[in-house]
Amino acid sequence: MSKLVISTIGPASSVQDSGRHGAQRYGLTQSGAMDALALAAANCLAGNALFAAAIEIGPFGAAFTAREGAVRVALTGASRNADISGRAAAIGTSMTLADGETLTLGFARGGSFSYLAIEGGIAGEPMFGSLAVNARAGLGSPYPRPLQAGDELPTAAASGMAERRIDLPAASADAPIRVVMGPQDDEFGDATRLFLDSEWKISATSDRMGYRLEGPVIHHLHGHNIVTDGTVNGSIQVPGNGQPIVLMADRGTSGGYPKIATVITSDFGRFAQIPAGKGFHFAAVNMAQAQAEARKFWKLLHALPDRVKPIENFDLNLEALHDANVAGAAVSAIDAGTWQTPSAAEALTQEP
Amino acid sequence: MVTTLSPPRLLPSGDSAITVEFSRNIDDAANQRVLALDRSLAREQVLGVTEAVPTYRSLLVHYDPVQIDFDTLSKKLATLALLPVPPATNTRRWRIPVVYGGEHGIDLEDVARTLKTTPEDIVARHVKGDYRVAMIGFTPGWSYLSGLPAELQMPRRLNPRLLTPAGTISIGGVQAGVQCLAAPSGWHLLGRTAVRTYQLHRDPIFLLEPGDAVTFSVVDAKTFVEQDRAAEAGEIVAELMTS
Repeated sequence: MSKLVISTIGPASSVQDSGRHGAQRYGLTQSGAMDALALAAANCLAGNALFAAAIEIGPFGAAFTAREGAVRVALTGASRNADISGRAAAIGTSMTLADGETLTLGFARGGSFSYLAIEGGIAGEPMFGSLAVNARAGLGSPYPRPLQAGDELPTAAASGMAERRIDLPAASADAPIRVVMGPQDDEFGDATRLFLDSEWKISATSDRMGYRLEGPVIHHLHGHNIVTDGTVNGSIQVPGNGQPIVLMADRGTSGGYPKIATVITSDFGRFAQIPAGKGFHFAAVNMAQAQAEARKFWKLLHALPDRVKPIENFDLNLEALHDANVAGAAVSAIDAGTWQTPSAAEALTQEP
Repeated sequence: MVTTLSPPRLLPSGDSAITVEFSRNIDDAANQRVLALDRSLAREQVLGVTEAVPTYRSLLVHYDPVQIDFDTLSKKLATLALLPVPPATNTRRWRIPVVYGGEHGIDLEDVARTLKTTPEDIVARHVKGDYRVAMIGFTPGWSYLSGLPAELQMPRRLNPRLLTPAGTISIGGVQAGVQCLAAPSGWHLLGRTAVRTYQLHRDPIFLLEPGDAVTFSVVDAKTFVEQDRAAEAGEIVAELMTS
């Protein structure tokens, strides 16, 4: 059995899939990938089931080495510099690491999370149908914690299949994050206007449980204590200090702060990728629009295999490499002139 | 018993979940209706409903908008919520052993001082209570109980603790809790139990269900240590009573 060895890795990197379902009534949160579309795209490229477990890589750099055989991987999500033992590699493509070769990734650019799927998936012991790491509950396999240098992920040997790329619809970088108001927007009165009209930034103290927002203070009409009720991915709760927190994949299953609005399903992954410190707006949509978008998103996910194309003459096909930068704003992976190494300070503000 | 049932509020929690709210307060009658709707929904097997999460006052119903839309599911839930509350069948009753006070319940003396009585009396009041699991949430197995005797109700701590031990037995406001994992908490810590409400590789992984009845019993520190060892090995040290 081949294995992928983690040579270096930053914080906030863990094995994730579509998460655990059915045990929220016992307080067990879903977990799962922050950006489901990027996870599914990586798995498609690697020839896996859409929501097989893959490596979610946080904002910092990372390096992975194939051992005991070749390993085929695919990289999606936030753009980064990538090379395999010196030869350039691109986001949005599959690639094969020969035994002993190392894939080296730089800092995330224009996003927070990238996904590295491994052909054949990650061998582990599912709990509640998932390998996803939930460190608080001691869940996740092969390691019930974020990944560390030296960890080894056993996997199938590379099939030798031709490499492939995937084209995803370009998401407008500045499109607002759409929300459905409620369930407790009636606790805020006119402050809902302020919430929708203001520019927000994600605080650097955010993590997989919640993204703290920086912006104007959102005042409650009747105080900030409500009786605990259930939460979902994208619940925007407003604690006593009036600074909203968007609940993310590792959220608690219930919470006692009023929730002004909820990020819609189709925008959740795009929201998760907004780098700390970058301004954005929310926009309210009605339920019919939100659900139409959710259905469209489901279709997009399940039609991803149709978007996979072979890369011929991978090393020579510059155009394919350009195209393969799925994030519209990403610089070319092969043009050294446009490479920018983020400063350490910039990288820190991107830590979720 | 409830004679007239008011319709719940159906609140959108995004495009894939509905909060069915029976009350804005902690309210035993509302919680009974939450648990009844939870049972009805499980029995009905509504296509597209993926899971339901009971809380004190509301049922959060997760669903797949590809299979059922908000309006259709809202109507269905509104109808189910107005059915007469059927009595819970198979109500289970657990007796949970607790070592009170000292290092195991560091707030016991403070609670006694605040309520102008003795620690022994606080323990007696807590053990006297007849509780029900109103909901489980926050972290795996964290069981929120209704039924805290009125003479034990007091506001939560002003300064929540960043970490409280696994197995903590605590009270806060009108609520009582059985906590499984170490976690932050603003409640008053009365004691600890060896009972794991959540334990991987044990059958069942989750011991308590919303709706289960719970009482507490007093054990000494030595017994706690023995029970803790047994529980760690997978033994269920809570006593299941016939009810």
